[in-house]
Amino acid sequence: MCLSVPAKIESLDGEMAVCSVGGATYKASLQMLDIKELSIGDYVLLHTGFAISKISKEEAEETLKLFDELEDFNEILDEEERISGRKII
Amino acid sequence: MKYIDEYRDKEKILLLASQIKKISTKKIRLMEVCGGHTMAIQRFGIPDLLPDTVELVSGPGCPVCVTSRSYIDKAIAFSKLTDVIITTYGDLIRVPGSSSSLDKEKAHGADIRIVYSVLDALNIADANPLKKVIFLGIGFETTAPGSAAGIMKAHLAQLFNFSVFSAHKVMPPPMAALIDEGVDIQGYIGPGHVSTITGSYIYDFIPKKYGLGVVISGFEPLDMMQSIYMLVNQFETNKPKVEIQYSRAVKTEGNIKAQEILNEVFEYRDDWWRGLGVLKMSGLGIKEKYSEFDAEKLYQVDVEPTKEDKGCICGIILKGVAKPSDCNLFGKACTPSEPVGACMVSNEGACAAYYKYKRE
Ligand code: SF4
Repeated sequence: MCLSVPAKIESLDGEMAVCSVGGATYKASLQMLDIKELSIGDYVLLHTGFAISKISKEEAEETLKLFDELEDFNEILDEEERISGRKII
Repeated sequence: MKYIDEYRDKEKILLLASQIKKISTKKIRLMEVCGGHTMAIQRFGIPDLLPDTVELVSGPGCPVCVTSRSYIDKAIAFSKLTDVIITTYGDLIRVPGSSSSLDKEKAHGADIRIVYSVLDALNIADANPLKKVIFLGIGFETTAPGSAAGIMKAHLAQLFNFSVFSAHKVMPPPMAALIDEGVDIQGYIGPGHVSTITGSYIYDFIPKKYGLGVVISGFEPLDMMQSIYMLVNQFETNKPKVEIQYSRAVKTEGNIKAQEILNEVFEYRDDWWRGLGVLKMSGLGIKEKYSEFDAEKLYQVDVEPTKEDKGCICGIILKGVAKPSDCNLFGKACTPSEPVGACMVSNEGACAAYYKYKRE
């Protein structure tokens, strides 16, 4: 019940939208969001019939980028450990 | 699927696993507050990816699990009134009451309907003007604004045959109570969807007052692993704070519009939690202004005395003190098809999640 899924806005009609998740479509009330900030193609978190949050493209990419940075960090640590011959952390 | 698949990249998951291993030197127990996280952790086999130093325990964030048996008993009593239609989320229907369940009552002819949204319940009320439609409002800050919006819509449309029986609850009080009780945890994996509404600032008191970290996490395996990494890092460097891993959906201030809707209709009241008992200002009751839509005020019913099941240790599982496998009934007398306690009913319940993913 507490599950919310990222759903893509397919069409907008006032306070309501049709959203798709995978192949299925759902009606969603947009009452809890700022309708002016929403367009077709945006993703929202759908929860019990309400869109409760707009998913931020930028933030999503930022999170994924962090994983890549971790990869670099990993290599640096490995390298330092190799050079110094002792376990750093 | 977008915003899902990219957070399931196996290589990155393993990379994070090795990162966590690298930085973790001290024993740490982290509690996932939200039932959605409990389910994801079991489903993706997260514990197997973690070093021996990091342990995960489930918390009180499965709404069905913490709901009292007396609530179920009262909902059943409502269903026996004449001309009543009970509308409920599917999760609640099989939860055992003292002597029956909504499911059993439905089989005996009570008009109990599963809905996906409070909006469906409003439509049912609109289509059945001669019936009284009661919506069972359970869930935390994620779900409560929906119930509030439903009441506001009913108010606007003068739909007086619609009402809500609220058992809505809020997350910070149990999070504080657990630490006050001395439950052995060193950080919280914060509830992702609750926080889309509340924002992350409501947890600020946890590092400040208790010195524990909180990381608001998404629900995909990479999200969870990253959150665990962040918490371990905070712990190792002794810098507890509130951080948002799930930044694509959660903002510090939360969803103000949803908060306004919630506060328009609901007010805080003391409430009972399975495992924790009564916690101050931890529940949401309907304000006097909307009492015409408050099922508790509208309908007086005789409710049977509450009988709890002996042997079910659901209460201490919700506190992270025991694991489902510590329960003698787990997988024997208690299974998802024949649940003894609420933790075995909901998908988000720790017992159901363990049963589903550990035993199959
Ligand atoms: S296995 Fe069943 S009886 Fe045991 S704690 Fe879980 S819900 Fe209760």
